[in-house]
Amino acid sequence: MKFEYLIEGGDFIRAGHASSDIKKILNQLNLDPAIVRRIAVSMYEAEVNVVAHAFRGVMKVNINPERILVLVEDEGPGIPDIAQAMQEGYSTASDKVREMGFGAGMGLSNMKKNTDILDIHSAINRGTVVKMTTFTKSGAS
Amino acid sequence: MITIADIVSNLNSSVLAGSDKLQRPVKGAYASDLLSDVMGKAREGELWITMQTHKNIIAVASLKDLSAILIVNGGKPDEDTLATAQSEGVVILGTEARSFSTCGRLYKLMEGDALV
Ligand SMILES: Nc1ncnc2c1ncn2[C@@H]1O[C@H](COP(=O)(O)OP(=O)(O)OP(=O)(O)O)[C@@H](O)[C@H]1O
Ligand SMILES: [Mg+2]
Repeated sequence: MKFEYLIEGGDFIRAGHASSDIKKILNQLNLDPAIVRRIAVSMYEAEVNVVAHAFRGVMKVNINPERILVLVEDEGPGIPDIAQAMQEGYSTASDKVREMGFGAGMGLSNMKKNTDILDIHSAINRGTVVKMTTFTKSGAS
Repeated sequence: MITIADIVSNLNSSVLAGSDKLQRPVKGAYASDLLSDVMGKAREGELWITMQTHKNIIAVASLKDLSAILIVNGGKPDEDTLATAQSEGVVILGTEARSFSTCGRLYKLMEGDALV
């Protein structure tokens, strides 16, 4: 099964919409709720990062019995130093974004903790690609 | 284990959305105003205490399977947010009390349960 969602930069009202939709689909597949929650957390963080830091993006989700693949590609400023961005507490979020409770600098580390494989590529002034793989059976990898 | 209804009656709070789900158990609580902190640290079935009122709290609560959101300081989400909460099955409570006293009273109420 394949799904695709457009994500608009700056649209905090709709942020989380794609993730919520996919979570409902995953719940219907009778997967372990703990694994569904892990996928939900990592998807949400990737989705919100497009809203908070990029101009626009697309989230593609590919579901098969062994694994869930989430690909988030955006057009945006890119991440100059991915290792630095991964550090908890590092954030370039604007004051306006922080007022809403974003910008703790924990999104990327939540993605890391909640996926089996996290792969990030970024090109400055072009955009960022985040690929997250989660296996449906805990222990399989 | 206590339920959301126990919290409503003991903590001087009102139900802003999800009044049909007050029998849901509350396994614990997490207090934070940073969304990705809640995403990372709150656990399934817990009550989330916050002053945030904007629409994204719904997605956080529902994606993490939290029991309910308790908004302190008299904060009220807008109508659209409350309607979304209702349709997504997210319970929102509100209290005029501040965060510290709310947590204190809740801690007392839950002391019998295994708090972690
Ligand atoms: N898609 C993206 N495009 C451009 N920069 C990004 C993107 N994702 C993350 N970043 C950069 O990496 C930093 C850290 O991201 P992370 O998600 O960990 O924290 P945050 O988004 O700032 O805050 P939080 O996720 O806790 O609300 C961001 O502040 C931003 O500088
Ligand atoms: Mg983030």
